[in-house]
Amino acid sequence: MNAPASHIEPAVQTLAPVIEASGLGLTFATNDGPVNALSSVDLAIGKGEFVSFIGPSGCGKTTFLRVIADLEQPTEGTILVNGMSPRAARQARAYGYVFQAAGLFPWRTIERNVALPLEIMGYPRREVDERIARTLALVNLTGFEKKFPWQLSGGMQQRASIARALAFDADLLLMDEPFGALDEIVRDHLNEQLLELWARTQKTICFVTHSIPEAVYLSTKIVVMSPRPGRVTDVIHSTLPRERPLDIRESPEFLSIAARVREGLRSGHGYED
Amino acid sequence: MRTSAAAPVAAAAPQQEGVLSRLAAGNTLPIVIVVAAIVVAWYGFAVYLNMPWQLGVYERSGTTWTFADLVRDTLAQERPVLPSPHQVFAEMWRTTVEVAPTSRRSLLYHAWVTLSSTLLGFALGTLLGILLAVFIVHNRAMDKSVMPWVVASQTIPILAIAPMIIVVLNAVGLTGLLPKALISTYLSFFPVVVGMVKGLRSPEPIQLDLMRTYSASAAQTFWKLRWPSAMPYLFTSLKVAVAISLVGAIVGELPTGAVAGLGARLLAGSYYGQTVQIWSALFMAAALAAILVAVIGAGHRMVLKRMGMAQ
Repeated sequence: MNAPASHIEPAVQTLAPVIEASGLGLTFATNDGPVNALSSVDLAIGKGEFVSFIGPSGCGKTTFLRVIADLEQPTEGTILVNGMSPRAARQARAYGYVFQAAGLFPWRTIERNVALPLEIMGYPRREVDERIARTLALVNLTGFEKKFPWQLSGGMQQRASIARALAFDADLLLMDEPFGALDEIVRDHLNEQLLELWARTQKTICFVTHSIPEAVYLSTKIVVMSPRPGRVTDVIHSTLPRERPLDIRESPEFLSIAARVREGLRSGHGYED
Repeated sequence: MRTSAAAPVAAAAPQQEGVLSRLAAGNTLPIVIVVAAIVVAWYGFAVYLNMPWQLGVYERSGTTWTFADLVRDTLAQERPVLPSPHQVFAEMWRTTVEVAPTSRRSLLYHAWVTLSSTLLGFALGTLLGILLAVFIVHNRAMDKSVMPWVVASQTIPILAIAPMIIVVLNAVGLTGLLPKALISTYLSFFPVVVGMVKGLRSPEPIQLDLMRTYSASAAQTFWKLRWPSAMPYLFTSLKVAVAISLVGAIVGELPTGAVAGLGARLLAGSYYGQTVQIWSALFMAAALAAILVAVIGAGHRMVLKRMGMAQ
């Protein structure tokens, strides 16, 4: 359990990257002139990695996630998802996306919400039921199948939305500040569960966050970003073991990684305005 | 949750007090008071407005009269300026209960004639409204080009355009129910278009993005997201639409010299100075509208409950 699984990257790097961005840039045309949301981003994410994107508001971390998901179109550079264009990857249903708000459909019960992507993708009826049961068990929501979203707490709603993203066979999970609106205690709990889920499902996870401890606790790789223009200022490979109890956050190793993240944020002038 | 907690407390209280306090707490008492006030005011106005004619009668016949005579006589005129409530209800009773509903003299017969064209017009208007809203939401050109016409259509007074519709449709051989119903359609599609455009656009950006991440087709996004999101808006619009459908049907009966329907009753009543008949037709129309709105309201509650939205 305590075996140092420190250097995961060499093994990971040999596999074909799930996401490969080079010279990626995105400029929004607004009424106040062009806004440079992303500028010359080069990044490769390997299979099975847990990558956090951290930085202040406006650093383009959400934009980058949305580019991967084909919800925004880059204006410069190239990006490949599973070796395809983001559009092709989206059409191949290569990823599940978890938004900042749960975004459950209020007229559907929890199980019908989880069934939504399966209905759209045309999974056979029997398999749908089986997948609902399996993914709800994965996020510890068994027994809440028939509840409507408003009957659940915010944390449970967010877990249901994660189940919805896991219900179909996508190897990539894109999470945009999924726990941002939740309180610290619930967030700790969900972070633990998310790590457990990642270990069980072997998915590649891209995770956007504001929180340094959250990023360090969860990730195998931390991408530090800074605003105006949105760019990557540092990429930190975590040396923490894969098995991470919550109190690992007090270990010197954890603190030194956190210090490096903070340093990266500061050098990007992220905190100055 | 709260009602179940409060229930034992209410049961423990003495029963008479329970009934009284429930009446006071609910809508019943205020409604009763308002209705009573309206009835009293109505009687007052009936005496006042019918007085000049009655005084003329007294003067011509040279009778001496007391105030009690005046009140009794003003409330019992055959063609009063303002009939008294009991005259109207006597007339309604006579023309609904004491006459066979198939008879020309039955108010129920006329109500049914109006109701049938109301319902046909309402159904067509709802369908048209929903279709237009779907096109407007899915097509930018439609949004820019159709919406101004939809709004403009409602600025034309219905009384001006109703005879035109009837005449034009008669000229192309359409008579009877349909021309009248089309006037209801003309009025009722508007609130449905406006409500449904808003309703179909009510899903949050997150929900639309979510459907996009699934590569859902436009049809899937419509049926699984936009349509259910629009339900509360649809029913709110339908309540308005059904009430003005009834107005449309009545207005449609006016310019044609229609022989049946509440509009025809109103028209005939005004030709012959039968104010009692006019008022009873008005009350029947109001009752009809109330029933129609209540039916839509019940449908609304049922759908919301099925959708788990009635908390």
